[in-house]
Amino acid sequence: MSDVLVVAEHRRGELREISHELVTAGRELADDLGGELHVAVIAGDVAEFAAELNRPGIDRIHTVAVGEEFDHTVYAAAAERLVERTGAAAVVTPNSVNGLDYAPAVAERLGVPLVTDVLEFTYDDDLTVTREMYGSKVETTAAVDGDRFCLTVRGGEFAPAEGLGEAAVEPVELDPPESGARVTGFEEVAGGDVDIADADVLVSVGRGVGEAENLEVVEALADALDATISASRPVVDNGWLPKNRQVGQSGTVVAPDVYVAIGISGAVQHVAGMKGSDTIVAINTDPNAPIFDIADYGIVGDLFEVVPELVSRFE
Amino acid sequence: MKVLVTVKEVAEPDDDFAIEGTDIAASDLEYGLNEWDDYAVEAAVRLAEAGIADEVVAVTLGPERVEETIRKVLAKGVDRAVRVRDDAFEGTVVDVASKVDVLEAVVDEEAPDLVLGGVQAADTGFGATGVALAERVRFAHAAVVNDLEVDADAGIAHVHRELEGGVEELTDVDLPAVLTVQTGLNEPRYASLRGIRQAQRKEIDVRDLADLGLSAGDVGGALTVTAMTEPESESDGERIEGDAGAAADRLATVLRERGVGAS
Repeated sequence: MSDVLVVAEHRRGELREISHELVTAGRELADDLGGELHVAVIAGDVAEFAAELNRPGIDRIHTVAVGEEFDHTVYAAAAERLVERTGAAAVVTPNSVNGLDYAPAVAERLGVPLVTDVLEFTYDDDLTVTREMYGSKVETTAAVDGDRFCLTVRGGEFAPAEGLGEAAVEPVELDPPESGARVTGFEEVAGGDVDIADADVLVSVGRGVGEAENLEVVEALADALDATISASRPVVDNGWLPKNRQVGQSGTVVAPDVYVAIGISGAVQHVAGMKGSDTIVAINTDPNAPIFDIADYGIVGDLFEVVPELVSRFE
Repeated sequence: MKVLVTVKEVAEPDDDFAIEGTDIAASDLEYGLNEWDDYAVEAAVRLAEAGIADEVVAVTLGPERVEETIRKVLAKGVDRAVRVRDDAFEGTVVDVASKVDVLEAVVDEEAPDLVLGGVQAADTGFGATGVALAERVRFAHAAVVNDLEVDADAGIAHVHRELEGGVEELTDVDLPAVLTVQTGLNEPRYASLRGIRQAQRKEIDVRDLADLGLSAGDVGGALTVTAMTEPESESDGERIEGDAGAAADRLATVLRERGVGAS
């Protein structure tokens, strides 16, 4: 029997959606392995999270009531403890910032291979995973050597589990481990003078703009279209626009009527923050840029030629 | 205190590339310093400039080709470098545990107070080596750090971890520690001419696996790439053709149809 342990994720009192997605992924893997699906709920109001998580597909929910918020030492120790307790062959965690803060430690403790950012998997005597490489430019399949393994699964790849489940909920005792890292608080960094999530039209600028001085080309378009300026990560990292303008996983999630992506390649973290836009327009020199996969209208061209032409159409 | 920076030379595909077997054709790849590691190097050099770090050592795993990238890191102010030769690794995706085997041996030798590395490598994108290393060598850790202040006297690194959705977690991490560094932590410098000259005289210590007490068998990969494909475009969107003027005409029509710029 080869069981699967999924570790749920929550933050500041809210269960995160990926937890339900991992129930679906974990159920598939457990079926392939011929085992049961265990879900771990660690820290915070575990009873409430367990109730919310209890959807069809789960065989058993284990709650570990140690601490309020995420602590990677607690998560790693709890996952290790639950693997001992259940005999699970596979540990599945979110490929989130917090998932990547403890999953590698779990794999180390268990001495099993770790594969991160998994999009898909199949199990047929051996595990085969699908993941991307070279910044989403290619997809690879890889064979994993071993009967036991640890996977982090990307959000948005599996449909969330739905409905009411009947899994038994079992509290598990864990002595709080000594941790070398202590959370002292949280800070909101979005917001500020403008909320890009409120805009109907966003003109969004990426690395392709080259340097801060060139932003005026894009600002002219935003003026002409009566749109709000937003940006992808590299523009904010370079300090060309403030953090509250950043669209994406670590910035703001937006869904305007029209999203004009200029010089943005479309990294997965960016796309996660804007794919809900009604109409997506992309202008980029690289015909293979992933942004074109989700664009409703795509122009392969130099933004410094196309954008001024477009501005002139609205003057 | 001593800072160890883990750096990787990564391959970036050209805009047009071909897949040969299970990897991109070598002729379609350009090599350079991993973007995330550039921020880790900058953070380490700033600690030295602030008088907090006495020595900054870079460690990398790779063939002779990577020395060009390592010289650039030395030119930015890193004091010296260790390059672990990886004939056993050539042509394969090196799994996390194997990289940690190597880095553990280097950490044992160098005994750093702080290890800095990028959140992930741009090519393989595992994002796991730093945390796995911390667990192995029993250091504290924090992943995805975008703000860093080191209080060497108290033996604590005050960091911000960049969570999803514009939220940062404020965390105190005991030293010795491994921190994985997110882009945007600082503004990585360009090497000065003086730095480039000085880098020519800095030491790159080349080590074999055997020097570190390891053998190729110890670092066998648990992951074998069996196929590589270019994702098929899922877009049923319209590709607007023509020169800039014609494309602008069509796009202006599309935007006006959606009420944009109609005022």
